Amino acid sequence: MIPSIPQPKFYKHLYAGYIALFFIYLSAPLIVVSVFAFNDSLFPSMPWEGGTLAWFFGDSDPYIGIFNDSKLLESVGVSAFVAFWVTVLSVTVGTCNAFLFERSQFPGKNFLYIVSLSPLVIPGVILGISILVFSNFIANGVEEAIGWDLEFLRPGLFLVIIGQFAFITTITTLVISARLRKFDVSLEEAALNLGATRRAALWTITIPFLKPALIGAGIVAFLMSFENFNTTLMLVGSDAPLTIAMFDRLKQGSTPVLNALSLLLMLVSGGLALLSVFVQRDKKS
Amino acid sequence: MSNSAAVKSGGFRLGLLLLALPLLLWLFLLVILPHIDLLLVSLRERISYGKYEFSLINYVEFFTEPLYWNTYVRTAVMSIFATVLTLIIGFPVSYYIAKVIRGKGKNALFLMCLIPFWVSELVRTFGWMILLRESGVISNLLQWIGVADGPVEMLYNDAAIMVGLVYTSMLFMVVPLVSVLDSLDDSLIEAGYDLGGNAFTITRDIVVPHAMPGIASGCIVVFMLTLGNYLTPNLLGGKDSLWFTEQIYTQFITRFNWESGSAFGFLLLVLSSVIVWVGLKLSKQTLSQTVG
Amino acid sequence: MADQFDLECRNVVKTFDQFVAVNDISLAIPKGSFFSILGPSGCGKTTLLRMLAGFQAPTSGDILIKGNSVLGVPPNRRPVNMVFQHLALFPMMNVAENVAYGLKRRGVDKATITKKVNETLARVGLPDSGPKQISQLSGGQKQRIAIARCLVLDPTVLLLDEPLGALDLKLREHMKVELKQLQHEIGTTFVYITHDQSEALVMSDQVAVMNSGRFEQVGAPQDLYYNPQTSFVAGFVGESNRWTGIVNGGNDQQVEIKLASGSRVFAKRDANNHITDGQSVDVFVRPEAIEINDAGSFENKLSAKVENVLFNGAASSLQVRESLTGHEMTVALPQTGAFASVREGDEINLGWSVEQTRCFASNGNGAGV
Repeated sequence: MIPSIPQPKFYKHLYAGYIALFFIYLSAPLIVVSVFAFNDSLFPSMPWEGGTLAWFFGDSDPYIGIFNDSKLLESVGVSAFVAFWVTVLSVTVGTCNAFLFERSQFPGKNFLYIVSLSPLVIPGVILGISILVFSNFIANGVEEAIGWDLEFLRPGLFLVIIGQFAFITTITTLVISARLRKFDVSLEEAALNLGATRRAALWTITIPFLKPALIGAGIVAFLMSFENFNTTLMLVGSDAPLTIAMFDRLKQGSTPVLNALSLLLMLVSGGLALLSVFVQRDKKS
Repeated sequence: MSNSAAVKSGGFRLGLLLLALPLLLWLFLLVILPHIDLLLVSLRERISYGKYEFSLINYVEFFTEPLYWNTYVRTAVMSIFATVLTLIIGFPVSYYIAKVIRGKGKNALFLMCLIPFWVSELVRTFGWMILLRESGVISNLLQWIGVADGPVEMLYNDAAIMVGLVYTSMLFMVVPLVSVLDSLDDSLIEAGYDLGGNAFTITRDIVVPHAMPGIASGCIVVFMLTLGNYLTPNLLGGKDSLWFTEQIYTQFITRFNWESGSAFGFLLLVLSSVIVWVGLKLSKQTLSQTVG
Repeated sequence: MADQFDLECRNVVKTFDQFVAVNDISLAIPKGSFFSILGPSGCGKTTLLRMLAGFQAPTSGDILIKGNSVLGVPPNRRPVNMVFQHLALFPMMNVAENVAYGLKRRGVDKATITKKVNETLARVGLPDSGPKQISQLSGGQKQRIAIARCLVLDPTVLLLDEPLGALDLKLREHMKVELKQLQHEIGTTFVYITHDQSEALVMSDQVAVMNSGRFEQVGAPQDLYYNPQTSFVAGFVGESNRWTGIVNGGNDQQVEIKLASGSRVFAKRDANNHITDGQSVDVFVRPEAIEINDAGSFENKLSAKVENVLFNGAASSLQVRESLTGHEMTVALPQTGAFASVREGDEINLGWSVEQTRCFASNGNGAGV
């Protein structure tokens, strides 16, 4: 049960064995994806044909490495563009929301709080189609009324950004609120007492305190946007973000160039994940 | 005095409104109005180009066409099953991390649980495809140790979908469980033992009741994510995966029948909300406690 | 012979890696007594108690309950129950379910459980609290339920791990008396650990003073207070003036000590402490042993200047400085009215007897370490 309660050895080993098995289950898919990035075969499957770096650097058909695959590289750029804007928007709005929910009182606050949590329990596909339907409704309305064709309200990157923003903002709001809740308001009062203006107190005391949460929320937002599939799938136009491009390739069956790309993604997102854990860790603990 | 106070409160009001503006825009333009519109679109029928009429035909179609209806029920049942399976597999692991292992190993193990989920779902699913396919790692392994005579196809069936769904959901079960079990005071377990309990009765009477909020929030999130999943059933289940989100996709993108697609979307939303609501009621939790 | 004792420890040792938490402890607790283990935090008392309960196994030595070794008996099968430091009441159950928990585990039938639970709740003075939630109870009530939950099982020994620590001062004073009475009524053997000397002194029949994994002294509260055997006990139990000095002569009855400040005192010579000339010693005098402006014949006499009057009701005291050497000490100020006029800056005469003055070899220099 817990270390202070004596248990038979057999039972302890059984438990440890189960945990080991679990972590094998957890790591197996990631390991095979990485390993097959180096397989000198046209398909990411057995048998093992020997090691190669062609899926990273190759430039002769069919051995086109990830660094020479312009289609995939382009989609990485599209994803980065989307993720950048989603991060900026969702962290900004999330910060406003955190202050609103943690610091002020206004009628309907509870209702708005519940609604702002709801994107977490709305399936991503549905969020996608509802935004698709609504933006189309507005675009059609505007076109009929004054004859303007609002191109950005048709499936495309703008809608992808908006769609991802719609639910990622909930997450940034929660992360930043949690940190703001821990803030001791008397610190701000002390700053005011020492002659700071409200604005100065905010910028010199409160925002620096929030910084770990802001950075953490930013990293989370960037990664979630970069990896989002469900909402993006319903809103995407001609420019495919990475997940959509990879999905299409997967369906068609692809060379291990996808493994190489996946390995790079794992390294980058794993690194960012660790970074966010360290940034958000309180120095005391 | 009262005048300046009024001015001050007026300024305060304006500041509050400015602060609230992004929130209101976000919630109304991106959450509330789109879903109302989704409902309205699902309640109309296209008569001719640009002409619509109020109609329940989309819902009638859903209930009369067995394929849609079956897919809907199948998705719900499989999702519940995946949720329960995730709980059963994840609970002992969470307990081990929270209560059994101490010191540095604990943080390391917890981090090891998290890292796979920072990797895109697409990559994870891709990994399972490599493992499970006919020419994949497990099939070859089975042949090598002599259990199977020829290649074994383990992809494109319900078990494969289940493996992938449980895998993808694990994080959302383990994180709330670890945090709720961490907050269980060791002395409660010791007191249970001291008073004559054993591993089974203490788990039943003390550990599980204490973990209930975590179990509820884990199950709700996992269920919701599973229900709305598209990638995993599509890639691991192949053509016969019959997941309801695929029906929505087909209606919207392939058939361009937005009215019917909206009705399906709305039905999925209702299903998800109802089961989440029932889960919250049964476990006496609120939404803010669960996700907040 | 052995079964006269409810609980016995024989040379119990517990080490964690290099650290010796409990170092060769032996004790025997007679049936029905209130036994306290008193020591500063980190002295190993909690480790000792957890070994008695079965949550830790001794590295060596033996633990016997009613004459039978319980090594290897898991906590859920030992006839001892424990009141945890933070009580560990189950928040997911109500009061009655908490009290019934142990009986249910024994498979007692429902009617008996209900009857016993009601009896026990009545015994701790909370007869109608069964359906209450734990969170509805006050601190003192929680305390009593935690004890009731153990008593209902008729344990041979009840272990209490500083259960009063979380209460506020007033309630703690009240609970001390209540616990002592309760133990007296039910006659179960209590083993109580605490770092609060007043708790130990007020409640116990026997107190063991523990320091760095060892028992310094075991005895009745009065014994510890009036006849401390080690420097640690003299310093830890009760208030004391503590000075250091060098032994400088004396005879069979008394020791003459030259203090660091230059003044000299005479202390009682104890046959158990082998004090020799030139040895460095700690000298202890209780503030209440020092008489103010008393004409009696005292071996230790000096005049001093009052530096501070610390009024605290019956526990009032003076901080004084010896006029000649600048030596500082604390003197009890009885609130009988005789000294109501004492003010800061007054010159007073102080005196105390040899009998009231103890000396022990300094720490790091022999006894007590």
